[in-house]
Amino acid sequence: MTIRMIGRHIREGLKNMWRNGWMSFASVSAVAITLLILGAAMVVALNAEQLSTYVTGELEINVYLNQQVTDAQGQQVAREIDQLSGVKSVQYISKEEGFKRLKKMVGTQYASFMESVNSGNTLPVQLVVKAANPRETTKVAAEILSVPSVHNIQDGENVLGKLFSFLNAVRDVGLAFVIALIITAMFLISNTIRLAIFSRRREIEIMKLVGATNWFIRWPFVWEGILIGVLGAAIPFAIIAYGYQFLYHYSGGAFVALSFPLMKAGLVAHKIGGILFGIGIIIGLWGGIMSVRRFLRI
Amino acid sequence: MIEMSDVWKEYPNKTMALSGVSIKVNKGEFLYIVGPSGAGKSTFIKLMYREERPTKGHIFVNGFNIDRLKERKVPYLRRNIGVIFQDFKLLPRMSTYENVAFALEVINTPARHVKRRVHDALEWVGLLDKAKMFPNQLSGGEQQRIAIARAIVNNPAVIIADEPTGNLDPETSWGIMKVFQRINERGTTIVMATHNKDIVNTIRRRVVAIEHGRIVRDENKGLYGYDD
Ligand SMILES: Nc1ncnc2c1ncn2[C@@H]1O[C@H](COP(=O)(O)OP(=O)(O)OP(=O)(O)O)[C@@H](O)[C@H]1O
Ligand SMILES: [Mg+2]
Repeated sequence: MTIRMIGRHIREGLKNMWRNGWMSFASVSAVAITLLILGAAMVVALNAEQLSTYVTGELEINVYLNQQVTDAQGQQVAREIDQLSGVKSVQYISKEEGFKRLKKMVGTQYASFMESVNSGNTLPVQLVVKAANPRETTKVAAEILSVPSVHNIQDGENVLGKLFSFLNAVRDVGLAFVIALIITAMFLISNTIRLAIFSRRREIEIMKLVGATNWFIRWPFVWEGILIGVLGAAIPFAIIAYGYQFLYHYSGGAFVALSFPLMKAGLVAHKIGGILFGIGIIIGLWGGIMSVRRFLRI
Repeated sequence: MIEMSDVWKEYPNKTMALSGVSIKVNKGEFLYIVGPSGAGKSTFIKLMYREERPTKGHIFVNGFNIDRLKERKVPYLRRNIGVIFQDFKLLPRMSTYENVAFALEVINTPARHVKRRVHDALEWVGLLDKAKMFPNQLSGGEQQRIAIARAIVNNPAVIIADEPTGNLDPETSWGIMKVFQRINERGTTIVMATHNKDIVNTIRRRVVAIEHGRIVRDENKGLYGYDD
């Protein structure tokens, strides 16, 4: 197949789209909406993944010792925990220190109340432990829990686990939704191309009569599908790439509430571009081939 | 050039359109197919360009074994045959020139050849001055001449025409026949199904009469032989 022939087929494919403008518009929109949802979901997923690696890097285990453990005894326990395999560092927070932090957290509003309870500081000694390997935080936490005089621990994994199972559920529902939309888009495309085939039936008849090969007759319709797919991918790609870039700069590259770094705009465009265009082309190609096989009886 | 031996054609609805037809047509011959309505003339013609397949029998056209021709080889057979119909089958949105060029473009003829060959074909049918006009601006006879130009532009060995003058008044029909005669004179075989008694009886050529799906008469310089 020569370049000239491919050029001709693409031109005829574009002509098909132009002639059935409204149907083509509907098909392109269907693909675009599908891929816009998919692309937006991917942006969230990519950042969630980024978040998870970021957060696991920062993951700490808060260890609270029994209340009656004194500061001196606490130092001893801290050293003990530091010896455990898999522990990277132990930060010691004395009762006094813990109280100061609490006071700071509570704020000036309740300062007088805090003063009144100062004398009977009942806070336990707190240790902040980091695992050598953040992914083994839970395992390390379990080991720490078996150390005597450790009262309880918070390993942060819980909150993260809940966040991720929520994100996974969102992803599954979104995926089912996107698959349903993809199927709808495919049928819309195949219907659009069926119309194009119908409006060109006289040309097709003459082409067959004068000896055009079957593929020569088919290609423009297959290209019509591909073009709808590409156009349907280009629109959401542009929206997401530019929209994300805008948000990225607007927010200064960090997620507002949690202040963790967002994925770089260029990288996001790079990661979603291939998938959006790939899926767009596959949807269009499928619609084109379906129509040609079912409606182009040659 | 064309050879059929014991060809049968039964349509899916069990209509037996042809029953044991055998014929041989030499290169450069001019052949009329005559016979009453429903006799099987159009079926005979459709078999030659492989629009229909024979139920039984063998057909050769210009070296192609049609009854065994693979589906994807059909286009290459068609490039050797020019087909013309009663209803012209032109593309209304294309000019005279574009209608003829279309036949070359869809078989991927190099662009540098298209212009000259369309020009030559239009000259043959005497339509050069109407090259830019559209079918709805032309008379029936002129439209049929576009169709003829389209059929000959690829220099086919055979022209097959199914009632080419069926939609035209007598005057115009003679003009079309002049074109056919000139094409035949340059060595192109012509097979033409027709109900036009005057033409068959005036431009005397080989006449093959089909009735009830059988060849009942085959004579050189024959007469039409029916009253209508
Ligand atoms: N596609 C088809 N399916 C079923 N029967 C058909 C088909 N085409 C033709 N026939 C039948 O086959 C027979 C021969 O038809 P054909 O068209 O060959 O006749 P014809 O000689 O060309 O007639 P006319 O002079 O009216 O054009 C007729 O009985 C017709 O009804
Ligand atoms: Mg007929």
